[in-house]
Amino acid sequence: MIDIQEEMGMVGDALTDEQKRKAVLIHAFHKIQKENNYLPEEKLNEISEELSIPLSEVYSAASFYKQFYFKPRGKNIVCVCVGTACHVRGAQAVVNKFEGSFGVKAGETTEDLAVTLETVGCVGCCGLAPVVVVNDEITGELTPAETNAIIEAIKEGSYEKTG
Amino acid sequence: MKRLANRQEIIELRGRLKADFLGADKKKVKLCCGTACRATGSLKVLDALKTEMQKRSEDVDIVTTGCQGLCQKGPLMKVEPHGYFYQRVTTAHAPKIVEYTLSAGFPVRELLYKDSIITKPIEAMDEVPFYKKQMRLVLRNNERIDPGNIHQYIAHDGYSALEKAFFSLTPEAVIEEMKASGLRGRGGAGFPAGIKWEAVRRSVNKTKMVVANGDEGDPGAFMDRSIMEGDPHSLIEGMLICAYAIGARYGFIYVRHEYPLAVKNLNVAIKQARDLGFLGDNILGTEVSFDISIREGAGAFVCGEETALLQSIEGKRGFPVQKPPFPAERGVWAYPTCINNIETFANVPYILSVGSENFAKLGTERSKGTKVFALTGKIKNTGLIEVPMGITLREIIYDIGGGMLSDKKLKAVQTGGPSGGCIPAEQIDLQVDFDSLFSVGSMMGSGGLVAMDENDCMVDVAKFFLSFTQQESCGKCPPCRIGTYQMLQILDRITKGEGAAGDIERLQHIGNMVKEGSLCGLGKTAPNPVLSTIKYFREEYEEHINNKFCKAKVCKGLGFYRIDNEECFLCGLCKQACVYDAIVELKDSFHIDMDYCAKCKACYETCPIDAVKIEKAGYKHQAAIYTNIRADVQE
Repeated sequence: MIDIQEEMGMVGDALTDEQKRKAVLIHAFHKIQKENNYLPEEKLNEISEELSIPLSEVYSAASFYKQFYFKPRGKNIVCVCVGTACHVRGAQAVVNKFEGSFGVKAGETTEDLAVTLETVGCVGCCGLAPVVVVNDEITGELTPAETNAIIEAIKEGSYEKTG
Repeated sequence: MKRLANRQEIIELRGRLKADFLGADKKKVKLCCGTACRATGSLKVLDALKTEMQKRSEDVDIVTTGCQGLCQKGPLMKVEPHGYFYQRVTTAHAPKIVEYTLSAGFPVRELLYKDSIITKPIEAMDEVPFYKKQMRLVLRNNERIDPGNIHQYIAHDGYSALEKAFFSLTPEAVIEEMKASGLRGRGGAGFPAGIKWEAVRRSVNKTKMVVANGDEGDPGAFMDRSIMEGDPHSLIEGMLICAYAIGARYGFIYVRHEYPLAVKNLNVAIKQARDLGFLGDNILGTEVSFDISIREGAGAFVCGEETALLQSIEGKRGFPVQKPPFPAERGVWAYPTCINNIETFANVPYILSVGSENFAKLGTERSKGTKVFALTGKIKNTGLIEVPMGITLREIIYDIGGGMLSDKKLKAVQTGGPSGGCIPAEQIDLQVDFDSLFSVGSMMGSGGLVAMDENDCMVDVAKFFLSFTQQESCGKCPPCRIGTYQMLQILDRITKGEGAAGDIERLQHIGNMVKEGSLCGLGKTAPNPVLSTIKYFREEYEEHINNKFCKAKVCKGLGFYRIDNEECFLCGLCKQACVYDAIVELKDSFHIDMDYCAKCKACYETCPIDAVKIEKAGYKHQAAIYTNIRADVQE
């Protein structure tokens, strides 16, 4: 599933075999998550065998990082930035609005797997606060009307970035 | 692309490229394609411009640059050779830009920057107040080159510092230059970069590593992102010079997963640098070999701490480890490692090309050079700025930032993200450098500056930062893991109106313990936002606890609610919004019955004309009235 030599590049020359196998672990997680949009149990088993790293260590590493998920995620991923700049410009109200409309709390996925609602520390678009990232598309300077439009579009299944 | 084999070849290449790209009257459109401008539609503008130019068969170079700074007014655009600076460009403006500016050389007046509708529009970028007081050295390339094109970087004297280092300076001399320049690490702690390099060089181990820390997790900061996205070659060049100076063979750039564009641009840049022979074996025909690989983070704030970051590169949980041994002695895989912030590395090529003396003339006694800040919060012009060290906060907020939004009063400036503190408005004439910020209980941090006005509650802000660090605490040391949690509980109580006497002292007590007892920088600085707000805004805490009132009207569950019947125009929205049925409607007025009111703020937020007031006192005074009103309604 993962080419250790290629992932490590030149630095591989300086490392022992065990060090290399461990070092590609996080790469492997990113790769699995890209394909499956979360980390399924069987894939983690596979990677554990492939790299000869105990499953406990695989989970230990994966569970440390916030961006690795053990549960399936929704088709649309709504990520509200709650960084400082967004916070002082009213991000909490935006989060509340999304929570209310989709009926899930931040960090949860709707039952029909349509939407996952998340918050993020900062996407680095502070100049445009408050910001929401829907499926990797950033919308800034959110107004209540825009928030409603985004919610409507997602509910109808026709979300596409406007403006 | 052919690998450059010696110094002569790069000099020739640069000469050719200069003639190609920097022709004096060459028409060029420099369109900002940083993350923020992309969010406001700069890629669509790009397409529109291309179609329009094709239609009119105009031969113009379009340069898609990195972040140009004034994110709030994006998408931004600079047109050369005229030097017009356009802001808030939309696709609809494309025909006009081509017709007026590119064909005829006149500005499109509605796109020029204006302070207000009555002031004269400003044509040139440098004349715009936002840019006037800035000194863009590290960000020099951000507004002029396409980050995806190494040739443009070389044409703007890119890799000339590397050339100078490789061919006319010994590694020791490079380190001496760095030490003489007085460059301090831009990641927050401000450790002198030259001394760190020297320590790594002295290490006996032959294999050495260079690591660039781009895990910019601070909420409200995006300096490193802008450099990685807008000028990746400066970073690579800086790392190369460092590698030459310390004798390193391998390099890593650790980037946050939340910055996909940065990862993309860095990958492109590294590939181009490899193709041209700036990375790989025998760089420019010398004995030096160096290669860089990218490591992506996965959303752990603590990985911005150097020892945790190195753990993460090794593929482990990002737990910080005890220092010493410092990474300079025993870093990633136990090899001596020079780990610096992205911005620190981006400073290096500039220092070598102008010389350490000239660099050391900038800034203050103990903090040299410039600093990039992410200026955000409630000010008019938000964005990315670079200013000389020693500039005052007043200049940053009022001259560069254009003052507060809706001309409200500045209350505090938060610097240094969750590790920093709040500086009250009275200290606005404070010089910004490492030591003076530290002396007022804040810190430089990586460089977020958030301006707050009277509508921001300091207790709430402290709670915000603490809940962030509490969530991000890795859990290794109990003082940080448990201490921040306990502090958060107390703050939560206070903001809900359940604060008790002695809470402030308890916060200070626990805060100091967390500071003393934690292993890494995250824990050591986590209580800073709380302690600094207690120091400067103690009366706000007291008001929350003793008077159950939030002056900024941010916290729910505090204060007394009243409808001002002079202002109210009887729309009835508040009554609709109230789920507790606390709003009593009379024939020609609305009233709030505090016996029913849960202080949820729903009416306050709904009222279109702000006629719902939250006041410090008033219950007793109003009690009699409500009794009468209820009686009236029942009749």
